[in-house]
Amino acid sequence: MTDTLLEIDRLSVDYETARGDLKALRDISFDVRKGEIVGIVGESGCGKSTLISSILRLTAPNTRFRQGEVRFKGEDLLQLPERMMRDLRGADISIVFQDPMQTHNPVLSIGQQMLDIQHRSKASKAEKRARAAQMLGAVGIPDPEARLDQFPHEFSGGMRQRIAIAMALMSEPDLLIADEPTTALDATLEVQIIERLQELQQEFDCAILFISHHLGVIAELCDRVVVMYAGAVVESGEVREIFHDPKHPYTRRLIDCDPGHIKERARVLPTIPGEVPDLANLPGGCIFRDRCDQAMPRCTSQVPPLTQLKDGHHAACWLNHKEAAE
Amino acid sequence: MSLLDVKNLKTSYGPVNVLAGVSFTVEPGETYALVGESGSGKTTVIRAIAGLAPAQEGSVTFEGREIRGASERELRPLRKDIAMMFQDPVGSLSPRLTIRSLITEPYRIQGMKDRDLDAEAKRLLEMVNLPAHFADRYPYQLSGGQARRVGVARALALEPKLILADEPTAGLDVSVQGELLNLMNDLRERLGLAMVIITHNLNVVRHVADRMGIMYLGRLVEEGTTEAIFKEPRHPYTRCLLSANPEPDPDARLERIALKGEPPSLLRRPKGCEFRERCPFAQEFCSQTPQWEVENGHGLRCLAPLS
Repeated sequence: MTDTLLEIDRLSVDYETARGDLKALRDISFDVRKGEIVGIVGESGCGKSTLISSILRLTAPNTRFRQGEVRFKGEDLLQLPERMMRDLRGADISIVFQDPMQTHNPVLSIGQQMLDIQHRSKASKAEKRARAAQMLGAVGIPDPEARLDQFPHEFSGGMRQRIAIAMALMSEPDLLIADEPTTALDATLEVQIIERLQELQQEFDCAILFISHHLGVIAELCDRVVVMYAGAVVESGEVREIFHDPKHPYTRRLIDCDPGHIKERARVLPTIPGEVPDLANLPGGCIFRDRCDQAMPRCTSQVPPLTQLKDGHHAACWLNHKEAAE
Repeated sequence: MSLLDVKNLKTSYGPVNVLAGVSFTVEPGETYALVGESGSGKTTVIRAIAGLAPAQEGSVTFEGREIRGASERELRPLRKDIAMMFQDPVGSLSPRLTIRSLITEPYRIQGMKDRDLDAEAKRLLEMVNLPAHFADRYPYQLSGGQARRVGVARALALEPKLILADEPTAGLDVSVQGELLNLMNDLRERLGLAMVIITHNLNVVRHVADRMGIMYLGRLVEEGTTEAIFKEPRHPYTRCLLSANPEPDPDARLERIALKGEPPSLLRRPKGCEFRERCPFAQEFCSQTPQWEVENGHGLRCLAPLS
């Protein structure tokens, strides 16, 4: 296990609210190896954002870590003093956020912002500026030297997202977290960003944790996939296993719902009827059972554990248990 | 006579000409999709149709009546027939009004005092598959999908003939997106609605639109039936757009055609074919200006079309 970079181990996170504890993450386990791209898929409210903020420990004040560890290079980040955590953020682990229009400071030039984030470096100002220009070039911004003096509003959305990626990669992190980096972009720019991420990942040899609800992007970019539903991991495995042989009904139906699959014009598109359960008032048993078309009596009473089905493929569903079929 | 007939519509904001002449028609009961990248002018087109954005030139006729440049007073009766669904589902609902007030507001604006607003609210919520007690909720208590459905309910309140929908599924999860599209398809069939839908999600267009127009820099560059365009796109830009559509299959390796660079600034429109600088198929003669040509109902603005 020497090549494991990030290990999320049985992580449970609650938000304390007036209505009681909101169980945002429950018993989350997965890992990211060095130089690998892991995708996290899930719909609104599945806990993707809580997961990211937990890894970076940038959580809201009402967050309570109930159990589990977030091990980065073997060290539990949840136990690290804040001072050390600060050294880690942006240096070893960096992040690209969803909205490229709001990531940059509007009143500072891009060059100034790229100098500022090199505050740890002992290099001279000229060297830092050269490094900034080099990074802009690496993400495909033409004429980088001159564009350093421009302000965020002078760049298009696609360019701003590429600048955000350049800034995130500047310190050559071991792990890049990309939180829906293409959601706000057009399809053509989305493809540009994905291809650029793939190239950069090779060049910088960093691992990427890629969060998205766009299955097409996940299928194209990722080596492995973690599927989340209502604060829990329901399935994880190699990208081909997940897309070609899903072992959890939620994964299967999520893929079915993607209209990209359906080539002929459909009168009625597949959906998943029902709503995500209330995280402050969770029902017993399997969290997906109310919306599941294959639910059995057992699903109401017992929570299905995340079990290994074959090498690297995990799912949390009673259907995969032999005795359940009877 | 077409329900909606847009001819050579032009909009400028100062020196920036956002729409450089857009023409298309929508028949009763038909769904027409406008597709293109950010900044191509899609939203301006439908806002100009609804009288919410200026249009200095061209004409917009609805049931044969010219409505471009009409005053707010003249437009008000028309708002019964042309309804708008805005892009941001929560942002387009006033946060201080209940859902009941929001979806019955059109009746009040139109001065329909004889209506039983509670009954109408109930009927509209039912129509978009929301429980009746949602009438007492406020927008912040809704999920994105529910807010969209409230948007649909409000647009349907006055039984319009035409709906202008700006990115109706943007920001929705796939499982909810299907629900909304099914709802819109169903209502269209039952009520005979015509729709203009703006989207950059091509997977959605395939399932809802009868015909589609592809916009680039404030002009249509290709138009045709959805089927024909998906099967045989003839404009290189359309081909690029269609190929930039990641599929939910790790083994699908599309023949991707990369677009070069970014859309040019509207302040510096390229000479000749405006797509030329980004076009992977550009020829020497593309420095001339291509004209809009229609063959068997398939419109095209390209000197070097793909076959």
